[in-house]
Amino acid sequence: MSLSRFAQIFPPERLLTSAAHLSAYESDALTAFHSRPVAVVVPESADEVIAAVRLCRELGMPFVARGSGTSLSGGSLPVAGGIVIALNRLNRILKLDATERIAVVEPGVVNTQVTLAAQPFGLHYAPDPSSQTICTIGGNVAFNSGGAHCLKYGMTSNHVLGIKAVLATGEVVEFGGPSRESIGPDYTGLFVGSEGLFGIALEITLQLLPRAECFHTVLAGYRTLEEAGDAVSAVVASGLLPGALEIMDALAIQAAEAAVQSGYPKGCEAVLIVELEGPREKVAAERPALDALLAASKPIESRVAANAAERAKIWKGRKSAFSAVGRLSPDFIVQDGVVPRQRLGEALRRISEMAREAGIRVANVFHAGDGNLHPLILYDGRESGALERAEELAGRILKMCVAMGGSLTGEHGIGVEKRAYLPDMFSADEIALMHRIRAAFDPLGIANPGKMFPGGDAPALVQHGLHPLEKSGVISRE
Amino acid sequence: MKTPSTVAEVADIIRSSKRVLAVGAQTKPRLSQVPDEVTLISMRNLSGIVEYDPGEFTFTAFAGTPLREIVATLAAQGQYLPFDPPLVESGATIGGTVAAGLSGPGRFRYGGLRDFILAVRFLDGNGTQLRGGAKVVKNAAGFDIPKFLVGSLGRFGVLTEVTFKVFPCPPALMTFEIPCANAAEAAAHIAKAASGRWEFDALDYDGTRILARLRGPQEALDLLAADILNCWPAAKRADNAVWDGIREWRFVGADGLLVKIPVTLRKLPALEAILQARNMALHVVGGSVAYAYHSNVSYSETLNEALVEVSLGGLTLRGFGARLCHGDSHHSAVAQSLKLAFDPCHRLGA
Repeated sequence: MSLSRFAQIFPPERLLTSAAHLSAYESDALTAFHSRPVAVVVPESADEVIAAVRLCRELGMPFVARGSGTSLSGGSLPVAGGIVIALNRLNRILKLDATERIAVVEPGVVNTQVTLAAQPFGLHYAPDPSSQTICTIGGNVAFNSGGAHCLKYGMTSNHVLGIKAVLATGEVVEFGGPSRESIGPDYTGLFVGSEGLFGIALEITLQLLPRAECFHTVLAGYRTLEEAGDAVSAVVASGLLPGALEIMDALAIQAAEAAVQSGYPKGCEAVLIVELEGPREKVAAERPALDALLAASKPIESRVAANAAERAKIWKGRKSAFSAVGRLSPDFIVQDGVVPRQRLGEALRRISEMAREAGIRVANVFHAGDGNLHPLILYDGRESGALERAEELAGRILKMCVAMGGSLTGEHGIGVEKRAYLPDMFSADEIALMHRIRAAFDPLGIANPGKMFPGGDAPALVQHGLHPLEKSGVISRE
Repeated sequence: MKTPSTVAEVADIIRSSKRVLAVGAQTKPRLSQVPDEVTLISMRNLSGIVEYDPGEFTFTAFAGTPLREIVATLAAQGQYLPFDPPLVESGATIGGTVAAGLSGPGRFRYGGLRDFILAVRFLDGNGTQLRGGAKVVKNAAGFDIPKFLVGSLGRFGVLTEVTFKVFPCPPALMTFEIPCANAAEAAAHIAKAASGRWEFDALDYDGTRILARLRGPQEALDLLAADILNCWPAAKRADNAVWDGIREWRFVGADGLLVKIPVTLRKLPALEAILQARNMALHVVGGSVAYAYHSNVSYSETLNEALVEVSLGGLTLRGFGARLCHGDSHHSAVAQSLKLAFDPCHRLGA
């Protein structure tokens, strides 16, 4: 009945209802959950998105906006009885203004496409989630995605200047605009990271930054994680502000080396990647200080990228780490907690203890400059109870992060995955306010229901397996 | 004016008043000009830095803490707020700066106040104590209420405590000035410099010249200066003290009309034309926000009409009796609903 109404908006080839078509949309990169929507619509214009949302509102039908489905928190998991609005065909860069250093893009534009378009003007788009070659700006906006350069450059929300969106009420709004400044309140800032609970962004204005002229990328291998952590503390205390400070532990190194052969030093319990960037004069002036304090941190081996190719190789190992872990274990959960940076060592020790107690292997990759952990909890979904044990460990890690004064999530969002833990971080009054905010944008609760807030229908769990795209190496988990 | 000393007292005042507006040092006096029925709550006794650990790059302070204290405390550890909050010596508070949504020249390089605020404690319109964000430099949990409250003028909550990200302060700075005949010429210079390799920290335009600032190690700045002066023949070195005057808004009189106008490089010439036609002074920060000034507050009306014509909007910071908002303003149904979500009884704000 209701589908016939959608058929008035979408031709049959863009209104998917067969099981074969729908199965491709049942899951996102949080592969342990799946749910089959009633239909998937594939709009080709903002007007079609608006029409679809207004029809959903009229019918009281839930909708989930989806880009490439790379959410690690289950953010684009479909809702049973609802539709998926697939935005991949809204993939136009509407404007690239080198004078204003902005780009106006549709939500289905892939993250790296923005930088590729900006490159001829010496500009780039700073947020760089590991899945950046496939994830879309619409999804980045919904989940306030991060990347490896957040300490210095911030997350997606720090680079979104304006948003035109259709709200779940059917209202079309324009927040912010082409200027880097605005007069508050900051509706754009509120919309970014709202996990699709407000509506769907149709046009997003992004700020572009000049690409650094020069990079000094160092890879250092250490005997222990603690030594690598101490090196980070020394860098932070030195007054330098590196563009990136990343650490991987032995298990993550092993996986990355098996997958992409970045040539990381052998026999290390941890590798640290530090990158200075800026005009060549500034990098040259800062380099001796960094080199000296890294030498004093006594790495087993330390290596400087001599050129762009070597730099790319170092980063390839880091960016492929998550999908590479698939080589070590048939299944894994990626966590995303944040702790105060100086408690990273303590957090890692406790994760290691908890993992040992649970008899579960955990690989660690983390943004050491900003305290954002990514424990990869390995399990085999074919073993009875393995997923539940992995989830229990994940939950203990999350609670630890909050108890240490941190956050449940640095850059993946709450989604379905962590919604049960929101009350560990926020009071009942604070969650009630968030519900009221949500209701202001979406009084019927039809926009991406079941995400962020505890409660609601539990989606089905699947016990095993990487997302097909991930298996083929097209997407990766940050 | 009430001057509570505890958050609980602030909550009591909210609950027992018809309308309230929290104020700091009232350095942006138009923002605290209210009708008689509104009770002003001075936050001056809720003052002081609560937590500061330089190794975390974060600090937390009560809303009434003077910027002067924060800036000095950070400087003692070689750190700073890169967005250059204004009116530090004039006595402005951190809470007032958040509620007004103001950043200075340094916003050009790493973003404005909104890009450095991490967490807030605040009271909603029912006097309920709430938190938003997290006290760590990276967080994506829950709605970004801290950002939403930036520039909200006390209409959605009374801020009691704020947490910010800070950066290590580069050891040296260097200033250049480049004369410009008009805004069109200035915009062209700014566009070029902004996408170039030098990584300026600030690029202001004061109506006659561009003021450009670099930060970094002195030896790097000396080398960069040679390159800049070579490639940009009109540029010459200027005194770093110029930034102190800009920070304290010494380019305008203490009285009169001062309006903040978000702008773009492309619209800068049209804005300058409007202001020149009205004998109004102009100072532009980073090519993205203009401050328009006239000694006569009654210019508010003509400025309003002119801004509508060029689709720009402005917020009045100083000017008793002037309209609060100038030019373009956007109204949406959701804005009304959001106000109710935070303040169902309409107690908050002027």
